Formats: sequence, C-alpha cells, structure tokens
Amino acid sequence: MSRSEVAPGDGVHPGDPVVVDRYTTGARINHWITAASLVLLALSGLALFHPSLFFLSGLFGGGSTTRMIHPWIGVVLFFSFLGLFFRFWKLNLWERTDNVWMGRLRDVLTGHDENLPEVGKYNAGQKMVFWSMSLLIIVLITSGVVIWDQYFSEYFTITQKRIAVLIHAIAAITAICVWIVHVYAAIWVRGTISAMTRGKVTGGWAWRHHRKWLKELVTGRT
Amino acid sequence: MFPPIANPKAEAVAPKFGEQDLIRRSASTITPAAKRQTEVAKLIDVSKCIGCKACQVACLEWNNLVEEVGINVGVYDNPHDLTPNTWTLMRYTEYENPESGNLEWLIRKDGCMHCEDPGCLKACPSPGAIVQYSNGIVDFVKDNCIGCGYCVKGCPFNIPRISKVDYKAYKCTLCSDRVAVGQGPACQKACPTQAIVFGTKDEMKQWADKRIKDLKSRGFENAGLYDPPGVQGTHVMYVLQHADKPQIYAGLPNNPTISPIVELWKGLTKYAGLAAIGAFAAIGFLHHIVSGPNRVSAEDEQAAKRLAGGQ
Repeated sequence: MSRSEVAPGDGVHPGDPVVVDRYTTGARINHWITAASLVLLALSGLALFHPSLFFLSGLFGGGSTTRMIHPWIGVVLFFSFLGLFFRFWKLNLWERTDNVWMGRLRDVLTGHDENLPEVGKYNAGQKMVFWSMSLLIIVLITSGVVIWDQYFSEYFTITQKRIAVLIHAIAAITAICVWIVHVYAAIWVRGTISAMTRGKVTGGWAWRHHRKWLKELVTGRT
Repeated sequence: MFPPIANPKAEAVAPKFGEQDLIRRSASTITPAAKRQTEVAKLIDVSKCIGCKACQVACLEWNNLVEEVGINVGVYDNPHDLTPNTWTLMRYTEYENPESGNLEWLIRKDGCMHCEDPGCLKACPSPGAIVQYSNGIVDFVKDNCIGCGYCVKGCPFNIPRISKVDYKAYKCTLCSDRVAVGQGPACQKACPTQAIVFGTKDEMKQWADKRIKDLKSRGFENAGLYDPPGVQGTHVMYVLQHADKPQIYAGLPNNPTISPIVELWKGLTKYAGLAAIGAFAAIGFLHHIVSGPNRVSAEDEQAAKRLAGGQ
C-alpha cells in the first residue's frame, strides 16, 4: 500500500455538502505570513530591479527604507516558509502517479479531471510549486545575504556580489512567476481559496481534485 | 611647466554647468544635452609624484571630510583603502624592475576615474542618484542615493564606498563644484610637482604626449597614457612609466570594462525578467478566458456525499 495522504488535522464531516478540513489554523497563519512577506518582497524588490517600477519604493517610505527593509522581510519569509516546509514536505514527495498526471497536462488545463489519476493531498503541479519555491527561497536567502551590504559587505568580494545580485534577480523573477501560477491555480480551480481562508473545502471539491485523499479520509485507512 | 589655472576672482560666478548639461542620469530616460561641453580631464603623472599626500589633504579639506585616525601596519598607504571620507588615496608600490634591476617606487593616486561609460551609473537603481555631465564628470547626488551598493558592483575600479553613518555612496566628484566656476580640482591645486594637472581632455592628452616623450628619452620605453578604451576612456588619466603593465601600479586594471555579469544583470535580465512576469500573468488571463473556471459539479458533491455517508 502506498503512503498515507492524510496530514494531522485533516478530517471529513458528512452533511450537505460534505465538509473537509484541509488546513489547520496554524498552517493558515503560517501560510498568510509567508504570503504577505512574499508580496512585500516582490514589490520592494521590483522597485530596485527596474527603473520603471522604482515608484513602488514609495509604498515603503522611499528608496532608502525600501533598501533597508527588503532584506528583513526576506528573513521573515525564510523562517515562515521553513515552517510551511516542515508542515508540507512529506505529502509533497514525488510519486509515480505524479508523472502520469504531468503527462496528461492537456486534460489538467482543460479541466478534464475525470481523465487524471486519483490525486492525494497534493497534485503534481502543487508539488512542483512547493519544491521550486523551496529551492528558490534557499537561493534567494543565500544570494541575498551576499548583497546585504549593511551587515555583510566586508565578508564578500565584489565579484561574488556581482554574481549574487544576478542570481538573486533571476531567482526572484522565477519565484514571482511560480507565485503567479500558484495564485492563478487557486483562482481558476473554484472552491480552493476557502482551504486557506477557513481551512475547509467541500466534499465535492475533494472528490473532484483530490479523490485519493478524500477516500483515505473517509475510510480512515492508512 | 603646465600653465597654472588662475586664482578665482572675489565676486561670485554663475556655475558653468548644471542640470541642463546632463548626458546620463541613473535609472532615468533623459534627452542628453544637445550640445556637449568641452570634455575636461585630470592628468596624473605617476612619474612626477613624490608621494607627499598634499592631494589627499586638499581633498579632505575642500570637501570638509574627516578621516579616522588609523593604524600603521608598516606601509605608507594611509588610510589602507578608500573610505567614505577618503575619496583619493596614494597607493605605494615597491617595484623591482626585472630589466634594470632597479627598485622603483610607484605611487599612484587612486580615486574615481570618471569613465565615459560609467559602470556605477549603469548599475544604480535610484533615479538621479548618479549623473554624468556633458563635460565628462560623473557625480553622485546624495539626496537621491538609497545606499544599496549597486554602484560598488558596477564600478570596474572598485571606487565607491558606502558610509556606515548615513548609508550613502561617496567618491571623488572631480570637484565638480570648483570646476563649475572655472577652477581645477583641489588635489590638482595642491600638488607641488604638477604631477596632477587639469584642463580639457585634449589639452591633457597633448601634455601627456610631451611627458611620455620625455620619459621615453630617459629609458622608459613603455611609458604611455592610461585612458582605457574598455570604458570608452576616462576623465582622469594616468601617465605611467610602464603603461604596458598597469597592474603593477597597485592593481590598476589592465583593460577595465563594465563586468559582463553587470551588463547581463542590467541588460537582458532586466527586460526579460519583466517580460516573463507579464507573460505568466497574460497566459493565466488567457487561459481563464479560453477554458473558463474549473468548477465543482453537483455530481461531485453527490459522489462525495455517497462516499462520506457510507462510512
């Protein structure tokens, strides 16, 4: 038998409609701290990335405070995401059925969920978002420290800083693109957002998109 | 002797250049001044320098800077590196000439080179924090500086320094305030041997030619002018006894250019990055228009009810 798809706190409540607990209060708070810091980082980072977006520094009280505050938000994001990582990593481990799911991307994108293999708590797309964010945040915090001149300027050479600033920019752009995929998927797949606002989804949503997870929740088997 | 610049008159003079004479402004699109002013340059003749540091003192004095009292580690360089307060620094090198067997004391006055293609300005993300005037002077505008240190990464000569007091970038201004009223830079004024001279870039090149001829006649075959083409020339130039080996002068770069990493960061990455973000957003939008939302059907809810009810 494959691994359990159920995380602590997941539960199912029969009724009309069936209500399924997907995220605990702790996970939701953790998620929204991460989300807020990621958005603030994107805004302050883009202000320093392209002159046409420098006006965004006004949101943070000007260029100097943007420069000062951006790395600290990065530290918040790093530790906040670390929390999410330890909550979610296990159920995001890649499985063979994820390859099948990826192979049928056309059905995914056209909303033909009936042609897809039964999915556990996370589908292959969600797993890719999870792992790419994990990797990108490590790259971003590492390269970010190298260019955090206020505290670390004397520890790195100029060449190292040049490489770091380029890597930081590319990783940040990639992370923003991954974030767009993440947010869009949550909007496109209706019924998803309540998982992160109230912690609950409907049974129909779980049946349609994460049937293996729902079945395991109902039967209670592991 | 190079004709000295006359002392200023007592009455106030209107500045000879200002905002209207910009040819580049960091993180901004500007129309460069239609008519370029005569390019100015400072010529530093290393062969004439006696290492007295009068230029360093004059720089501190004119710019109202105070350097911390440092520690002697057995070399003449004082302070040990450029700092937010030391915008020019004598760097001393003891060079054993392998051909003549002589010990040569090479003393190079380090500081901003005022590149024609300034890497600091290219890297700067803050509109108007770094400007280039049509006479070639590259200047930092403190009020617009945000202290990010990108100029440090952009500079091919390792010149700008970020203050730990006000988190602003500092470097030599070529005494733009003095030049604006017809004076030469303070360092030039103070130099007792005319190792530093100031004038138009053409004058400086001609003067350098004379000096190079003189040096060659004294056995310095490779004497030459340092006006590196990799940054399209500079508005601070050196006469070097060994122009074939700039690196022996305390690491003066042989062929300085803006780092390709910086070019990639400030070029392709900047545009491709925004394009990628836009493309992802646009694809999402189009996808939603074309395929519509992925909704949970009544049958899905029924199936879930059957499943949950059957436990």
